Amino acid sequence: MSQGLVTMSYIAASILFILSLSGLSNQETARRGNYYGMLGMAIAIVATVLGAHVTAYAILAGALLIGGSIGALAASRVEMTQMPELVALMHSLVGMAAVLVGYASFMDHGIVLTGVEETIHELEIYIGIFIGAVTFSGSVIAFGKLCGKITGKPVLLPARHWLNLLLLIATVILGQQFLVSNETGTPIFGNHLFDNSIFNGPVLALLLMTLIALVFGVHMVMAIGGADMPVVVSMLNSYSGWAAAATGFMLSNDLLIVTGALVGSSGAILSYIMCRAMNRHFLSVIAGGFGSVGGGAAAEVEGEIQPIEAEETAQLLRESKNIVIIPGYGMAVAQAQHTVNEITKLLISQGKKVRFAIHPVAGRMPGHMNVLLAEAKVPYDIVLEMDEINADFPEVDVSIVIGANDIVNPSALDDPNSPIAGMPVLECWKSGTTIVMKRSMASGYAGVGNPLFVHENTRMLFGDANDRLQALLKALQE
Amino acid sequence: MKIGVPKEIHEGEKRVATTPEAADKIIKLGFEMCIESGAGSLANISDEAYREAGVTILPDAKAVWKEADIIMKVRAPERHPELAIDEVEFMRPGQHLISFIWPAQNEQLMQQLAAKNATVLAMDSVPRMSRAQKMDALSSMANIAGYRAVVEAAQHFGRFFTGQITAAGKVPPAKVLVIGAGVAGLAAIGTAKSLGAIVRAFDTRPEVKEQIESMDAEFLMLDFQEDGSGSGGYAKTMSKEFIEAEMALFARQAMEVDIIITTALIPGKPAPELITAGMVKSMKPGSVIVDLAAEQGGNCALTEKDRIVVKHDVTIIGYTNLPSRLANQSSQLYATNLRHLLSDLCPGKDGVLNVNMEDEVIRGATVIKEGMITWPPPPPKLTGSHKPLTEAPAVEVKAEKPKSLLSQLLPILLAGAAMFGIGAVAPHSFLEHFTVFVLACFIGYQVIWNVSASLHTPLMSVTNAISGIIVIGALLQVSTPDNLVITVLSGVAILIAAINIAGGFLVTRRMLEMFRK
Repeated sequence: MSQGLVTMSYIAASILFILSLSGLSNQETARRGNYYGMLGMAIAIVATVLGAHVTAYAILAGALLIGGSIGALAASRVEMTQMPELVALMHSLVGMAAVLVGYASFMDHGIVLTGVEETIHELEIYIGIFIGAVTFSGSVIAFGKLCGKITGKPVLLPARHWLNLLLLIATVILGQQFLVSNETGTPIFGNHLFDNSIFNGPVLALLLMTLIALVFGVHMVMAIGGADMPVVVSMLNSYSGWAAAATGFMLSNDLLIVTGALVGSSGAILSYIMCRAMNRHFLSVIAGGFGSVGGGAAAEVEGEIQPIEAEETAQLLRESKNIVIIPGYGMAVAQAQHTVNEITKLLISQGKKVRFAIHPVAGRMPGHMNVLLAEAKVPYDIVLEMDEINADFPEVDVSIVIGANDIVNPSALDDPNSPIAGMPVLECWKSGTTIVMKRSMASGYAGVGNPLFVHENTRMLFGDANDRLQALLKALQE
Repeated sequence: MKIGVPKEIHEGEKRVATTPEAADKIIKLGFEMCIESGAGSLANISDEAYREAGVTILPDAKAVWKEADIIMKVRAPERHPELAIDEVEFMRPGQHLISFIWPAQNEQLMQQLAAKNATVLAMDSVPRMSRAQKMDALSSMANIAGYRAVVEAAQHFGRFFTGQITAAGKVPPAKVLVIGAGVAGLAAIGTAKSLGAIVRAFDTRPEVKEQIESMDAEFLMLDFQEDGSGSGGYAKTMSKEFIEAEMALFARQAMEVDIIITTALIPGKPAPELITAGMVKSMKPGSVIVDLAAEQGGNCALTEKDRIVVKHDVTIIGYTNLPSRLANQSSQLYATNLRHLLSDLCPGKDGVLNVNMEDEVIRGATVIKEGMITWPPPPPKLTGSHKPLTEAPAVEVKAEKPKSLLSQLLPILLAGAAMFGIGAVAPHSFLEHFTVFVLACFIGYQVIWNVSASLHTPLMSVTNAISGIIVIGALLQVSTPDNLVITVLSGVAILIAAINIAGGFLVTRRMLEMFRK
C-alpha cells in the first residue's frame, strides 16, 4: 500500500473516531457510534500493517490475536458491577504501551534527525514516556482502590504538594541531562559508574525518569478519596489519550495525534463535568485529599433513627402513588439491580409511578448506576438525572435510597462547614417518606455524618440491600 | 408522670384519646397510664387490650381525674350527664389537659381552666407547619370526615358510583362535586374517585388546583382572577364579584351532578352559604348533599345540624360527628397525634412533661400555661404546609468578584507568548503536527460537551478502546530490522494495546445492548 493510501485510510479512521465519540453522546446513536469506532480501528490497523515498513507479520499477528482474545474474554466475563475496575485496568495498559513504544522509539535509530528536530523528537519521547508511566501507575492504584485491595481513604503524606513539586523539578532536570547526554554521548551528571554498559547516559536518565513518573502516579491517586473516584477514572482516561498523542508526536503520526487529542480532551471535559456535578474544584480533586478544605467543624448529627421492616415498607409502597428510587454504590455491591427491577415492574403494573433518580457521581465511575440499571433491563426513560427530578421531590410519596449516602446528604446544602458543602444532592428528604436501605450506620465514603438518617420522615431499613429487597419483593407480592 | 384517659361524655362521641398501640409507646417515653373502664368500648377497644399494653384500668371518671397528672381527651371538658357535674370541677390545680379546646368559641371554659391553674394544650391550636404535621389532629380528623362523607353519601344515593355496561343495561357513573379542597375535600375526592365516580372540585385558592389534579379530579376553573389564600393555608372571604361568579358556577353544576360534598370553612367565621334552596331544588331527584360545614352553620341553606333531611327529593346530610362514626380509625389516628405531641413534650423520655415555650409548635398548642391564658399565640413564622418548601439553600452563592482587566487578559497573553515561542523555534514538520493536535483537541471538546450523563460509562470505555490506537505506534516499530529489543518491546506493546482495543469495544457493545427503552 502506498503512503498516499495509508494517509487516506488514516483520515477515514480519524473521521470514524470523531463520529464514534459524537454518536456516544446520545442513546439512540450510541450503538452505531461504537461500530464506527470498531471500523475506524480496523481500518487504521489494516492500513498500517499493509504499509511500506511493516514486515514482521508473524510477531504482529501473534500479538494481535493473543491480545485480542484476552481482551474479548475479559469483556465477556466481567460483571457489570466491576466495570470501574476493568476500565481502570485498561487505562493502565494504554499507559504501559505508551512507555514501551517510547523506549522502542528511543532505541530506533532508523530515522536520522538533526538540530532542533532531533531535540524536539527526544523531548517528545521523554514526555511520552512520562505521561505513559504516570497513567500506568495511577491506573493500577485506581484499580486497587476500586476493587478494595487498597484503602479508599485518601493517603495524605505530609507536605505532599512539595513532594509533587520536587518530583516535577527532578523530572525537568533529568530531562535536561537526558537531552545533553544524548547529544554529546557523555554520562548524566558526569557520572561514570555505568560506563561501557547499556545503561549509559541517556538510558539511565530515561529509566530514572520513568521511576519518578511511576512514583508520581502512585502518589497522586493515593491522595484522592474514594468519593472522587469517578473523576479519577475519567482523568486517567484523559491521560491515556495524551499519552497516545505524545506517541504520535514522537513517531510523526497524525492519526495517533488526532485520536490521542480526541480522547485526551474528551476525558478532560468529562472530568470537568464530574467535578462541576460535585461542586468541587478540578485542581483540588487532582491535588487530592477530601475534607481537607473545611473551615470550622462540621455539625454533629444528633437524633434518633427510626428503623422499619420490609413488610412495613411494602405496606407503605402499596399506599403510595409516586415513588422514586435512588440507587447508590450499595446497590452495586449487593448486586441488587435485578431485584430492584423486579420490584419496579411489580409497582408499575400496580399503576404506580416509579422513577429512578441518578446522581452524577453515584457509584464509583461516571454513569455507573445507569449501566447497572440497564443491565437489569430497567427502561432508560424512567431513569432520570438529578436536575430532572430534584424539583419533583415534594410531590413524591416515597423515596427509596439503596445504599447511597453522600449524594443524599442534606448537610451539603445547609451546613457550610460540612466537607461536602455546596455539592448538589438529591433532595429526597422533601418527599413524603424516605426509606434508607443501609448495611449499618457507618458513614459514607466522604466520612461525613448524614442528618437524613435521623430526619423525622426517614425510616431506616437495615441489612444487605439484596436481602432486604428480596424480602420487600416477597412482601409486595403477597 | 401519670396520664389519664377518661371516657368521652359528649353525646354520640365514640372516640377515645388513646389506643393500646399508642399507650405502649407512651409508656416507653417513661409515663404511667390509666384509663377509665369502658373508655374504648364504643371504638371497639376492650379494657383487656389496654391492660395488656400496661395501662391501669380505673373504675370511673372521678378516679382518673384524681390520679392523673395529665388528662388526655378528645372533646373539650363539659358537663358530665350522669354525675351532673362539670368535668372542669374534677380538675386539680396544676393538672395538665390535652384535648380539643376551640379557645375562640369557648371563652368561658378557658376562664374556668385558667382559674384551676391548669396547663392546657389544645389539639386544634397545633400550628400548621411541616414539622407539626404528625400531631395535626385537625388534618387527621378531616381526612376521616372526608372519607366518611362519601360513604354516607353512597348510603343515601340510589345508584352506583362507578359506570358499568352490563347485560342488563348501561349504568352511568355518578358525578360528584367537592367544594373546598382542604384535607377533608381531598380525602373525599380520593374516596369518590376510588369508587369510580366522576369527580369535580372547586376551591378559591388557585394553588390547590395541582393537588386536585393530582387526585385525578377535574378542577373547576372560575373565569375570575382572585387569590383566596389566607394565612396558615386556610381560605379567606372573597369579594362580592367573585362570590357571584362562584354561585353561578355552583348553580350550573347543581343541575348536573348527583352528589355535592361541601367542606368550605373560613377560620373564625360562620360557614359561607354556597348552595341555596333554589340550587337544591334544581338538583335531580335522589341526589345527595353532604355538608361537612354543618357545625358552623352549613354551606347549604337547607342543612340541619346533626340530622339527615330530605328536601325537594334531595337528601341533605348534616352530621357533625363524622370522625366519630369511624370511631376505631379516628381513635387510632388521634391517639398517634397525641403520642407525637407527647414525645415532643418529653424530649428526655423520662416521663416528665416539659412545656417548652421556645418551641414554636408547643408554643402554638399551649393555650393556658400554669393558669395564664397564652392564646392566641404570636403568628407562626411559616405559612401553610401547602406551600412548596422552596427555601433557598443555606450555602451562599459567593458573589463573583469583578475580574480585573489584567487577570482576564493574562491567559490570552500567556497563550499568545507560548505560541509565539513555539512558532519562533519549532521546525515546520512539528508545527504541522501541532496544528492537527490543537484542532483535534477542540473537536474532542465540542463533541463531548453535550453527552448525556447516563452514557458516561460507555463513552469512557469506548474512548479507552480508541486510545488503544497506540497500537499503530508499536506496529510501525515492530519491524525495525536487527534490533531484538525494539521488536520485543513493540511486540509486548501490540499485545497489551490489542487487549485494550478488543476489550474496550466489546464491553461497550455489551453495555449498549443493555440500554433499551
